[in-house]
Amino acid sequence: MPPALDAAAAHLLRELAPQVLGVVIRRFRDFTAAEDAVQEALVAAALQWPRDGVPENPRAWLIQVASRRMTDHQRREIARRRTETAAVEQVTYVTPSPEDTPDPEQDDTLVLLFMCCHPALTPSSAIALTLRAVGGLTTAEIARAFLVPEATMAQRVTRAKQSVKASGVPFRLPTTQDRAERLRTVLHVLYLIFNEGYTSSAGPGLLRCELSGEAIRLARALQRLLPEDAEVAGLLALMVLTDARREARTGPGGELIPLTKQDRTLWDRERISEGVALITAALSKGAVGPYQLQAAVAAVHDEAASVDDTDWPQILALYDLLRRMSPSPMVTLNQAVAAAMVHGPSKGLELLAALDADGRLAGHHRLYAVRAHLLEMAGDLPAAGEQYQLAAARTTSLPERNYLLTQAARVRDGSAGAAAMGLFPV
Amino acid sequence: MKYILMMHCPRNAYEAFGAWAPQDIQAHLNFMKSLNKELAAAGELVSAEGLADPKQATIVRAGDDGAPVTDGVFPESKEFLAGYWIVDVENQQRAYAVAARASAAPGPGGKPFNLPIEVRQVMSGPPEEFA
Repeated sequence: MPPALDAAAAHLLRELAPQVLGVVIRRFRDFTAAEDAVQEALVAAALQWPRDGVPENPRAWLIQVASRRMTDHQRREIARRRTETAAVEQVTYVTPSPEDTPDPEQDDTLVLLFMCCHPALTPSSAIALTLRAVGGLTTAEIARAFLVPEATMAQRVTRAKQSVKASGVPFRLPTTQDRAERLRTVLHVLYLIFNEGYTSSAGPGLLRCELSGEAIRLARALQRLLPEDAEVAGLLALMVLTDARREARTGPGGELIPLTKQDRTLWDRERISEGVALITAALSKGAVGPYQLQAAVAAVHDEAASVDDTDWPQILALYDLLRRMSPSPMVTLNQAVAAAMVHGPSKGLELLAALDADGRLAGHHRLYAVRAHLLEMAGDLPAAGEQYQLAAARTTSLPERNYLLTQAARVRDGSAGAAAMGLFPV
Repeated sequence: MKYILMMHCPRNAYEAFGAWAPQDIQAHLNFMKSLNKELAAAGELVSAEGLADPKQATIVRAGDDGAPVTDGVFPESKEFLAGYWIVDVENQQRAYAVAARASAAPGPGGKPFNLPIEVRQVMSGPPEEFA
């Protein structure tokens, strides 16, 4: 096996990837082919740099290699069209300029993010394209993280690019009127990437871990570009504050440990300080949004020395605000947990009854899991056990299923100690 | 979301399949090949395998010493797994649509064969977060 890139060089490659792609798209005006060419340049760098050393100007090196690939591609295209049709179409051939200097006014990372998180794409396509074009990950890396064959991931990227092309979106920032809406999609895609990675059981879990790291890196880049946007800061804060608990969230066998039973000395203090600073600054801007509120909840948990020290009334107030701002059954579910912690389990169960009537969460494992916890809190162990079983039968996460089955067995045993109530799995 | 699509067939299906008209067999095989190609091109195919004749299947259990004790397949079984697809799709509706396509594979005389396909989600989801 050839030597691998060291961490610093790999980081550099990923930082440069969107910048290089931006330059190549501007030169050749073909997003689809440019994206392939840059991917080839990244792969070439991963092979050559460990052997020959990182070039003096890595950015120029990548631009040169990608441009050469683009020129080859255009020559092949011209030849193909000549043989295919008598009427030779005009192919725009752009002579590469000797040196492209980055335009400080125009960071292509942002343009690319908007392009890859286009509303015309399905979430899985947007995720794949964002990780490749903006994140600089190879198709093989993305495929490994999602446990699908490389060829399948390659097709997903290709189809995503075709959709972007068909949507006719120009390579520039969306207009001001579109921008808020499009930014919401970008934030949602980054959030999905983070969540996909936020599990660290053995084996594939470790690879998925990198997805969370990647989502944080991209959110950081976005926050640098849009420092005044409070929701961008809110999302970054939410990711950092959640990620701070990673080490404590799973046991040695990959089993889930609920928030209330986590060893809080394992929480990452540095991350917590960063997240708290971010969310405090964001909230002071006065443009409160859903990501900021969720980050604020995470911050309340992270700052509590123990479960008993948790400021539940504040969490309940935050969820109440969130429910009024962007109502969803999931928010009500969280609110039910907080309400139970403040006013007792019967108050929480009351809110769950409203969710039953609402119907949108019907059959969802989370509804059963929360009800199980609240019933256990209320001392109704047989009913709690039943609900844990129902939840276990409906989840599609293996660690979560194992956790729920263990809870069901525990309450059946009647060994439900007073402290066993676990706020799951936050 | 990943789903496994399991195509079931009766015990004698493999012999029955061999007795189809050659062009019907060919049409069936071509359909399966093009379906797999389509799924791959859509970026949805994780894997697809056809299984050997269920009559060749063996049931294995551990004996007292842990060594394999073999037996024929259950005589009372009526349905057997003929093959499966694992697909990674956007939602359950899409998984059902793929299953329906596979079930409509041409049978004798080119008519849809309508084999039952069991669709089950693969436990590959991340634990969800309160959001």
